[in-house]
Amino acid sequence: MSEQQHASAKHHITGFVLSLLLTFAALFLALNTPLSVGLKLTVIIVLAVFQMLVQLVYFMHVTEGSKIYQIISFSYGIFVAVCVVAGSIWLMLLNGMSMY
Amino acid sequence: MGLFNFKMPEHFIIMNNPLIIGAWISIILVSVGIVFFVTKYKKWGYLWREWFTTVDHKKIGVMYILAALLMLFRGGFDAILMRTQLALPDLKVLDAQHYNEIFTTHGTVMILFMAMPFIIGLMNVAVPLQIGARDVAFPVLNAASFWLFFVGAMIFNISFVVGGSPDAGWTNYVPLAGSDLTPGVGINYYLWGLQIAGIGTLATGVNFFVTILKMRAPGMTLLRMPMFTWSTLITSIIIIFAFPVLTVTLAMLTFDRLFGAHFFTIDAGGMPMMWANLFWIWGHPEVYIVILPAFGIFSDVISTFARKRLFGYNAMVISMVAISGLSFIVWVHHFFTMGNGPWINSVFSITTMAIAIPTGVKVFNWLFTMYKGRIETPAPMLWSLAFIPNFLIGGVTGVMLASAPADYQYHNSYFLVSHFHYVLIGGTVFGCLAGMYYWWPKIFDFKINERISKWAFWLFVVGFNLCFVPMYLVGLQGMPRRVYTYGEHMGWTTWNFVETIGAYLMGVGFMLIVWAIIYSILHEKRDRSGDPWNGRTLEWAISSPPPHYNFSRMPSRVTSADPFWDAKKRGETMFDENEPLKPIHMPNNDGMPIVLSGFMFIAGFGFVFEWLLIGFIGLLGVIGSMIWRSFKDYDADHYVQVDEIERDQAELKAALEGRS
Repeated sequence: MSEQQHASAKHHITGFVLSLLLTFAALFLALNTPLSVGLKLTVIIVLAVFQMLVQLVYFMHVTEGSKIYQIISFSYGIFVAVCVVAGSIWLMLLNGMSMY
Repeated sequence: MGLFNFKMPEHFIIMNNPLIIGAWISIILVSVGIVFFVTKYKKWGYLWREWFTTVDHKKIGVMYILAALLMLFRGGFDAILMRTQLALPDLKVLDAQHYNEIFTTHGTVMILFMAMPFIIGLMNVAVPLQIGARDVAFPVLNAASFWLFFVGAMIFNISFVVGGSPDAGWTNYVPLAGSDLTPGVGINYYLWGLQIAGIGTLATGVNFFVTILKMRAPGMTLLRMPMFTWSTLITSIIIIFAFPVLTVTLAMLTFDRLFGAHFFTIDAGGMPMMWANLFWIWGHPEVYIVILPAFGIFSDVISTFARKRLFGYNAMVISMVAISGLSFIVWVHHFFTMGNGPWINSVFSITTMAIAIPTGVKVFNWLFTMYKGRIETPAPMLWSLAFIPNFLIGGVTGVMLASAPADYQYHNSYFLVSHFHYVLIGGTVFGCLAGMYYWWPKIFDFKINERISKWAFWLFVVGFNLCFVPMYLVGLQGMPRRVYTYGEHMGWTTWNFVETIGAYLMGVGFMLIVWAIIYSILHEKRDRSGDPWNGRTLEWAISSPPPHYNFSRMPSRVTSADPFWDAKKRGETMFDENEPLKPIHMPNNDGMPIVLSGFMFIAGFGFVFEWLLIGFIGLLGVIGSMIWRSFKDYDADHYVQVDEIERDQAELKAALEGRS
């Protein structure tokens, strides 16, 4: 067990602070800026992608360990995320439009 | 809504019904009795040291299974009440509101607080032993998972006596479950009970994923793992990806109800259908979370009692991987009738039907495993044999339901109710019982009595079919689900009466299972040698019950998927006895998980009643517990010394010789 590498506290705290900053940026944007809804949504989605990267790099050790596991789990994650997000949007949009 | 607002609901203590007064009396008597006897026999210290603070996966598994059996009793009692109300037309056993509450708690309790802990309990008991590990990867997190589940279950279960039960169905659809149409605390109980238990389950998923990938014995490649371990691995992956959706969805509805947000409201841009959408994005993978481990159990049990290698090992694995992928692209079949349009319904019809392919592959593999086998039928095998035809009925009706145009007919009728009971009882419950019977003589040093168990089995299975075959028929005649009564002129009386008889038989079957356990604790023959079934996999190579460190030496001869069977064939054991014993690195017991979960209870209770101050105090306690734990991380483990291992071995040897 002793040869196991532990990430430094600094590493964890950096990740924690970054993730909080991104969260509060989205909140501030939604509540206190005069931007249009479309622009707000776009910026929030960009922030979400950065949030994902922060989580992957600082907490989920995407840079370490066996490549093949990383690739498999990452592609499965992308698959589920796309199904959930794109599926929901598809459903909700078509549901609003179908008049029969 | 302020921080210091402590408004009381209209009825804080529920006492408006003789049934509930009876429940109060029994709750108080049982609690007082437990406290009295534990104090009288001075067992508090024992309970705290050996159970409340334990990080041993076997003990945690036992607690999970015990809790699951309790919840099976509670959910079963709800079912009996419903069947009593519906036995004849126009009965007045339950009123409409009480019936709504009971079908809601029946569904939620059975899925979240019975099936899940039963499955997770069996994983805890068996998986580390099957892969040759000494505990799970994160033992303290594992204890936290259990206690969070337990607190979630308790919060949900006190609802019917304190403040009022949820009554919007286990799917909790908005707008009915929104604060406009259902004010009060019932739905909050649902949200917080599930939220807290769900966090525990998510942690379990991570835990077993890492355990299986990182802690296998030397020689155990992925394709040599027992099928139950494989199913646990796949299930863990589904948990990791599905449960966050539940967490977020519950949090969104909580924000709607407590803080006036508009995620799911009808006005102000909310999307009520989004609840159904998100609920089933979690909910459909959830049904695979409870069925795949059962498939794993059946695979292990059937190959053990057919005395044959599992037929089509690789096909089994590929099928499960396929199911895990498909599980995320079928969720819309739960609401075909919400007006999605033909495009969407067609796509999800096809993906749903595709699931029948890997499942069918598995069914054929079980049949071919038994083909030309020397089949024995002790209790675990009986449940596995009953599973195949019963699950098949559930599966075939599932394919019928998958066809979207036909679903407009079946939707919301008793046909659907019967379908999911055939897969959940015929699959999950039979699997859990098979697993319990199978691994019981591993966790303890005795089997569950065969004679009583066979009676229980036949009563339960016959009762099950008596109860649910008529539901298909009465469903096709148009009886909708969730109605609290029906008129004589509908012509549903005979079938409903038969269903009720079946439900009572299942109740008797359950009581006999409990009686068999009690009888066996008192009278069944003890055997510590550890291989009562002539098993095939690693867990049977060690004594029963195993020492707390499981393996005194690491198994070193894993050369196939049935390593213990092959070793027995060669006249070997799984261990290299000449290798000197080494000190074993083990985790320390820890009180943090139960304290953290206690704070979680306070938080949950506070937020249920919308007493924000109490809720936030509870959450502070939760965070404080985690911070406290992070500072004492440095004395989290100890070594079991060689002389203790030798003492255990000598004691086991004496026990085995005394027997023969």
